[in-house]
Amino acid sequence: MLRALAITIGALVILALAVVAIGVGVRSLMTPVVDGIHHRKGQDFALIERGRYLTAVADCASCHTIPGEGRPFAGGRRIETPFGFVAAANITPDAETGIGTWTDRQFDAAVRQGERRDGKPLYPAMPFPYYSRMSREDVLAIRAYLDTVAPVRNPVTSDLLPFPLSIRAGMLAWDALYFRPGEFRPDDTKSPEWNRGAYLVEGPGHCGACHTPKTWLGGDENAQKLRGSVIQGWFAPNITNDSTRGLGRWSPDDIVEYLRDGHNRLSAATGPMAEEIALSSSHMTDADLYAIAAYLKDQRGGSEATPPARSEDAAMAAGGAIYRDVCSACHTPDGRGVPYLFPALAASPSVRSRDPTTLIRIVLRGARSVATVREPTGPGMPAFGWQLDDSEVAAVLTYIRNSWGVAAAPVTAEEVHTARTRLAARSE
Amino acid sequence: MARKLPAKDAVIVGLGWTGSILAHELTEAGLEVVAIERGPWRDTPTDFPPTSAQDELRYRIRHELFLRPSQTTFSFRNKMSETALPIRTWGAFMPPNGVGGGGVHWNAETWRFLPSDFVLKTHLTERYGASFLPPDMTIQDWGVTYDEIEPYYDRFEYLCGTSGTAGNLRGQIHEGGNPFEGPRSRPYPTPAQAQPFSHTLFGKAARELGYKPFPQPSGNLSQAYLNPLGIRLGPCTYCGFCEWFGCGNYSKASPQTTILPVLVRKPNFLARDNCEVTRINLDSSGKRATGVTYVDAGGEEWEQPGELVILSAYTIFNVQLLLLSGIGKPYDPVAGEGVIGRNFTHQTISDVTGFFDAAKFIFNPFIASGSIGMCIDEFNGDNFDHGPHGFVGGGYMGQVQTNGRPIETTPVPPGTPRWGAAWKSAVRENYLSAVKPGTGVHGSFYAYRDVYLDLDPTYKDRFGRPLVRMTIDFHDNELKQNAFLTDRFADIIQAMGAKQVMKEYRKGPYDITKYQTTHLCGGAVMGTDPKTSAINRYLQSWDVPNLFVMGASGFPQNAGYNPTGTLAALAFWSAEAIRSTYLKNPGPLVNA
Repeated sequence: MLRALAITIGALVILALAVVAIGVGVRSLMTPVVDGIHHRKGQDFALIERGRYLTAVADCASCHTIPGEGRPFAGGRRIETPFGFVAAANITPDAETGIGTWTDRQFDAAVRQGERRDGKPLYPAMPFPYYSRMSREDVLAIRAYLDTVAPVRNPVTSDLLPFPLSIRAGMLAWDALYFRPGEFRPDDTKSPEWNRGAYLVEGPGHCGACHTPKTWLGGDENAQKLRGSVIQGWFAPNITNDSTRGLGRWSPDDIVEYLRDGHNRLSAATGPMAEEIALSSSHMTDADLYAIAAYLKDQRGGSEATPPARSEDAAMAAGGAIYRDVCSACHTPDGRGVPYLFPALAASPSVRSRDPTTLIRIVLRGARSVATVREPTGPGMPAFGWQLDDSEVAAVLTYIRNSWGVAAAPVTAEEVHTARTRLAARSE
Repeated sequence: MARKLPAKDAVIVGLGWTGSILAHELTEAGLEVVAIERGPWRDTPTDFPPTSAQDELRYRIRHELFLRPSQTTFSFRNKMSETALPIRTWGAFMPPNGVGGGGVHWNAETWRFLPSDFVLKTHLTERYGASFLPPDMTIQDWGVTYDEIEPYYDRFEYLCGTSGTAGNLRGQIHEGGNPFEGPRSRPYPTPAQAQPFSHTLFGKAARELGYKPFPQPSGNLSQAYLNPLGIRLGPCTYCGFCEWFGCGNYSKASPQTTILPVLVRKPNFLARDNCEVTRINLDSSGKRATGVTYVDAGGEEWEQPGELVILSAYTIFNVQLLLLSGIGKPYDPVAGEGVIGRNFTHQTISDVTGFFDAAKFIFNPFIASGSIGMCIDEFNGDNFDHGPHGFVGGGYMGQVQTNGRPIETTPVPPGTPRWGAAWKSAVRENYLSAVKPGTGVHGSFYAYRDVYLDLDPTYKDRFGRPLVRMTIDFHDNELKQNAFLTDRFADIIQAMGAKQVMKEYRKGPYDITKYQTTHLCGGAVMGTDPKTSAINRYLQSWDVPNLFVMGASGFPQNAGYNPTGTLAALAFWSAEAIRSTYLKNPGPLVNA
């Protein structure tokens, strides 16, 4: 890990020097925007409502609001990245510590071009590579809404990354590698619904920020778009239409219910996705959610089937016994669970994932599903980390990953041990 | 000096079943509501997950979910001539504590009382004559009828998803259900639970003896259920850790599984846990409650003003707060005057254990739920002619064995040594082949002049407040009732094919150390006359009209059923009266 970080830092510094040396900053090449004096549009109700909706779609609150503090958008929440922590900015209209005196151009440059008001680059913890797909009108609608929230005086020190990552100029190199600015361009061969879904997924929804595998520098592996990635100690699963690892067995209705209610007949949202649903997709219109479903159902997964572990394997036998003893009361002996209450393991992308990070975490530490207006129950699963040892967790996960028609790589006791050690350092 | 908090529209004292129902109903009406709960917050995955809920030592033996006697207790005596002493470990009943109240640890046996139970005095007097009743029996009519609260029984059953077989659907008697029940407007929301072997065998034997057995109505659900609030329950797994335990599988109806997930999302609801209300405050007229005073976990005292006060604690604590707050006239058993503390009742429980041939009968008693069972109702209430028997009242009976948990499930035939190799051998021999219903005979407990609650003259709680003193004993009527019912029950166990039957009659004096049920009732009873009742038919205090008192403390006497269905129905009934009438024009809903 340390070695990877050292390489990363070294590479970034070299790249940054190279870029700076030729005197070209990518962000200066981006679509020019008309500068102008920021006009407060506080009375335009339709614009503000549109902005409020888009603020939810873009899930701004997830980073810019500390949960439970009652100070919406006042910033200060520490965002975990593979390289360290970054603190989210205060985006309330406070004149001194927020964005109250920013012009619309400055706001738009930050959101869509990753450029701070002082001209320095933002770290991509702020998902500007996705927001860059948004239209200027949508970004300014968000601005109009943010102008209506209570100004909060809250100075935020955003630079928490270690030297030399703390040199923001290094980000210019990152941009050169990974940032492809530009608004979303519709595909005329696809339906309006598909295009709306594409806009939402690739733009404000920034689904790939979690679900697309990352390069060693944290950039998107575009060839693997939406095929699952490890983030903040979870595995954000494959959300393509792949029937082995992804959402291939989910109908558009299943996807819509999941995004809107946090639960469907097959699965339940927990972890960072629970937060996303609570703050963002549960507030979206059904039309937009169906558009997202249409787009996701059109994404190819391309994963290869794995031969299932053999039922006579020792781990499968032990796992089956553990499953019947401690799992089957809720998830039922046939793995079908109880619709909308206890997930059907066989249909869960997390169970089918190539990477068992989420599964191991949930078994060790338990998880609480999200409660929403339409599905307020919010059932939780208890932690088994105190009850099952590494080899038992590995066995039961190997069993559920290779039963009821599922075939996924066995989980090893070493993987569980590593996950247990890493989780011990996590507070939440 | 208490620090004063901003006023609320309604202050709820105790967040168990009735407190949760009222909190939901009043917040739906738009009121700002605060619920103050003495015990901790409790929730399924954090407090009783299936990984650790099934711990007999922790919950059954060491009473994890219950009030600690060091926190507060009661003093007890059988007779008015005796000196009461404080209870130092719970025995006859289990005072609940914490969010969800008794709704967390209950069995979820979800019964309705009989139509005649609500007009008991009138009914018995008309059928048998006034002289048939013991002279010191103080039973009375409730002031509401079964027909009036039927829609609210229905509300509660559909809130919970209760599993059962209707016996009387809109007046039509249906095979397989309880033919004695009052007419119900709809079938149960979910079918009856499946019955294990011994329970099924009891039903068969009862049928062969000419009775009409039916599955016990159960809040442990037979199948997944979506309730009207949008909350989901799962199917019961028959784990056998239900009564005395929280359910880890979301399959036992409780405030946690049916109301609280919606309630906690409401911006006009606030709960304060670990806060104990010490009194209800009155204005200078004494006719109006201004709110409550409570003490938080740090020992700090707070005043919570409110326009409406809902008292929804456990029976004895309701009565205690009324007595300590000077609301209503305390009951004087000598003069027969006053109402607070009057008509205190419990239950008359007995059991019969059947020993069967271990080679032929393997009952697997560990397969069970809290409200599993086949029952008969032929001997409940006034379902049979009491004329020849010389007593009134009755109860349901059934094979309602809820578990085979190892510490407490050690039935051995009479004459077995109490310990040692012979005892161990007998336990081994009988564990799988004995039938031990636990509360097989679930009899009524009617009210008497000398069974009551008042404030103890000597013993005080940690705040220096007098403890409640229980004066309670069995009267001949209940002991006769129990002897009769226990014999009838034993006949059925015998007919199941038992090789030996052991009867444990309920005998006097009332024993505070031996568990019966937690169904303490009365002490602030409802009725039509302020001289004999503390609250009117809408559960509204006669003396302080902006105070409503929920729960079994309002039962004028206890019937031969578990009380939760009835106290929940009354809570919905009261909430409806508050919403439809009281809030529009606050004041007495009944003019005395």
